[in-house]
Amino acid sequence: MILKVPVEITINGKSYGGEVEPRQLLVHFIRENAGLTGTKVGCDTSQCGACTVQLDGAIAKACTVLTVQASGSSVRTIEGFADGADLHPLQEAFWNSHALQCGYCTPGMIIAVDELLRTNPSPTREEIRHGLEGNICRCTGYQNIVKAVEEAAESMRGG
Amino acid sequence: MTTRVFSSGIRRREDPRLITGRASYTDDIKLPGMVHAAILRSMYAHANIKSVDTSAAAAQPGVLAVYTGADTEGALNPIPCAWLIPNSDLKTPAHPAIAKDRVRYVGDAVAVVVAETRYQAEDALEHIVVEYEPLDAVLNPKAAAEDGAPQLHDDAPNNLAFTWAVAGGDADAAFAEAEVTVSDVITLPRLIANPMEPRSAIAQWVGATGELTLWSTSQNPHIARFLSSVVTGVPEHRIRVIAPEVGGGFGSKIPYYPDEAIAAFCSMRLGVPVKWTETRSENYLATTQGRDHIEEVEMAAGADGRITGLRTTVYAGLGAYLSTAGPGIPTILHGLMYSGAYDIPNISGVIYGVFNNGTPVDAYRGAGRPEATTLIERLVDLLAARLDVDPVELRRRNLIPKFENGHDVVTGLTYDSGDYEATLDAVLDAAGYASLREEQARARSEGRCVGIGVSTYVEICGLGPSQVAGAVGFQGGLWESAIVRFHPTGKVNVMVGSSPHGQGEETTFAQIVAEEVGVDVDDVEIIHGDTDLTPMGWGTYGSRTTAVSGAAVTLATRKIKDKSRALAAHLLEAATEDIEYADGRFFVRGSPDQHKTIQDIALMANVAWDMPEGMEPGLEASAFYDPPNFTYPFGAHLAVVEVDTATGRIDLQKYYAVDDCGVQINPMIVEGQVHGGVAQGVGPALLEGVVYDEEGQPLTGTMLDYALPRADSLPDIVVQSSTTPSPHHPLGVKGVGEAGTIASTPTVYNAVMDALRPLGINAIDMPLTPEKVWRAIQGAKNGG
Repeated sequence: MILKVPVEITINGKSYGGEVEPRQLLVHFIRENAGLTGTKVGCDTSQCGACTVQLDGAIAKACTVLTVQASGSSVRTIEGFADGADLHPLQEAFWNSHALQCGYCTPGMIIAVDELLRTNPSPTREEIRHGLEGNICRCTGYQNIVKAVEEAAESMRGG
Repeated sequence: MTTRVFSSGIRRREDPRLITGRASYTDDIKLPGMVHAAILRSMYAHANIKSVDTSAAAAQPGVLAVYTGADTEGALNPIPCAWLIPNSDLKTPAHPAIAKDRVRYVGDAVAVVVAETRYQAEDALEHIVVEYEPLDAVLNPKAAAEDGAPQLHDDAPNNLAFTWAVAGGDADAAFAEAEVTVSDVITLPRLIANPMEPRSAIAQWVGATGELTLWSTSQNPHIARFLSSVVTGVPEHRIRVIAPEVGGGFGSKIPYYPDEAIAAFCSMRLGVPVKWTETRSENYLATTQGRDHIEEVEMAAGADGRITGLRTTVYAGLGAYLSTAGPGIPTILHGLMYSGAYDIPNISGVIYGVFNNGTPVDAYRGAGRPEATTLIERLVDLLAARLDVDPVELRRRNLIPKFENGHDVVTGLTYDSGDYEATLDAVLDAAGYASLREEQARARSEGRCVGIGVSTYVEICGLGPSQVAGAVGFQGGLWESAIVRFHPTGKVNVMVGSSPHGQGEETTFAQIVAEEVGVDVDDVEIIHGDTDLTPMGWGTYGSRTTAVSGAAVTLATRKIKDKSRALAAHLLEAATEDIEYADGRFFVRGSPDQHKTIQDIALMANVAWDMPEGMEPGLEASAFYDPPNFTYPFGAHLAVVEVDTATGRIDLQKYYAVDDCGVQINPMIVEGQVHGGVAQGVGPALLEGVVYDEEGQPLTGTMLDYALPRADSLPDIVVQSSTTPSPHHPLGVKGVGEAGTIASTPTVYNAVMDALRPLGINAIDMPLTPEKVWRAIQGAKNGG
């Protein structure tokens, strides 16, 4: 019998509890236990960034965090970005700039960009490209993502 | 015709669900009672299987079953190859879904565990004991074809799957008479397509009804249904294949894989839905790869730089088994494209399709055409260097002049329309070519290594006339169909057999309907990716969806328009020929007030209270479109690089693309396709390539080892376009999905070689990693 450990994690403001194996990855708790499938698994080795979430306010690759490590923490996933039909400025900017094609990298990409703009509200193009290094997109060649970040930066600054 | 929504870059209608995390990809689907499969894969590139002991695995917690090749043999037919190229002595050795006696690549399936959870299934894999007898392996496709090489299949001597030739004119005579010749050996490494979504399949067998439902990350669900039926024996009409949201494919989700068959087999044995999702490492082992060519090529010319001949000998690695489209790619989609954008009167090529102990090779974005364009553009640059002529000028001397309705090349194709020199001029203009050369001269005088690369390309897409498909051995058609259905409220559903997965046709197809009959784009919903809901179609690949499936949507919508005109005439008590149409209204000529909107017509047709005699109720039409010819997009690209001679690092500084994909429906989407395509072609030039060791072990097993372009690997790409409509297409559309990938590999490669030419370096195998470039520079310094 595999030992299970009780955990409680707040995701997008809602509490999710349960007993999980100590080895369970946070991304699987989010997807399987909480049923929030917006967070994707792309590479299992923290290279691609598809599983990027906010963990207690900082970004983390949820394929490389154990659920038990995140117990008691607050997680924000892509499902926590829009308020009903009101899109977050980043979502709006990604849509406007055609910054996605297949959409698989997009949730992680948006969360990575959110952190980039919180730490640097007026990034240069070079800083944006550098800031996106941890997330792989295979469809867009990144160019329209860079454009979306510029648009979002402007609208989030209120400019 | 008034233009309201065509050629406008409206935002994509598929995006809201994608940017909010509400889209449902295969691995997001959870069915009641669903269990999980994990596949044990060979750790050897080549070995006999002496025994497989599954008893310990079967006893693990949560395990429901463990199956081996002995279980699937007889229950599943071999995985078929669907492109049986003729006149090539093609060998088609059996490809069992699970290997029973012998494994032929690292990744070959050996057993499958089904358990209640994925963790349990993966745990149990470790308890399967396989006794292997390792055999020698061979990866290099040329070495594999030599005498004495390890043999993969008893019925394919010298590992030759096929020998295929292309010939036009008299190449040998051209070479005998040539005033100048150049030659090269080009290696195009194996590439991993790397869609961000790994492959996944859920099979649900319902024994009581004999129905199999397969959710699959497929680019072509109708082909998947067809081949599922062939492999599982379940009749085709009792199979439903659903490709839900699919996270990119780039060719690697065309094939029908053993894994789908294994999932179906498990569900049929256990009577519960079975999900299998690959890990990224599995994707690197068991998802088809691209390229793997060794090309021995030479070009003949006159002293005036006019190309007179091209000869090639190509060794194309096919991997351990023939994948679905494997044989067609290095032949039909490659050899027939040897003329490129040039008037080359004499061409001959021999392509050896070679089995090697690697992952099966199939389509990867561009599929055959990047391999052809690279060799042509490489030779043109070598010829320019030999004659000391500017490479742009040399291209100009050989480009096919502008044509609007058909140009025959000696390989047997008829290009549809083109103005190749115009795109070349445009890219030179955009980049400021003359001043770039001046800057380069200055840089060289300062000892800096700056290079400029130019390439032209023509690609064959809009696949294609079904008669041609049959003639070249494709085991299917290549037409598309669409159903356009107007509901009583004037809202529209369009069902298509193609299966877009990122290309944006939910938007562009809605734009087509809106353009043709004047409804709002938001009133049109495109339904695709479900064989029960959509009419037959052959899928999304080869830059064909807008060109072929979009034509079917157009023709079906025009039928709607014809019926609407007749119904409007009846309702307005006028003759049909007196009804005019503009902006969604059908009106009596000269009396625009007397009109019916398309919405009025939709209601009246659906309630059918007052139909003309003989007219059927409803407002629905279907169309089948089989293209009369392929489409031939073209363009010219230019790159500027600087090589750091101390480290071998290449800085890709500027990139310009001018593409002509015919009429554009949504330029924003076209531009996005070019961006992504360019990135995927820059990758193999500078970064990407599968590396195997001597024993056939892949050393590039994760995204950590296999270098993909990241955001800071690329400059901003300047994208421009021209519009030369396809003369045979109802909208003039050609297709754009692969253009960037086809052009960018040779463009960047040529730029780096241009930078290194003053050092006496003429060739380095791709990818041009800093180590290889540094070694070449050291070699040039030391060896002179």
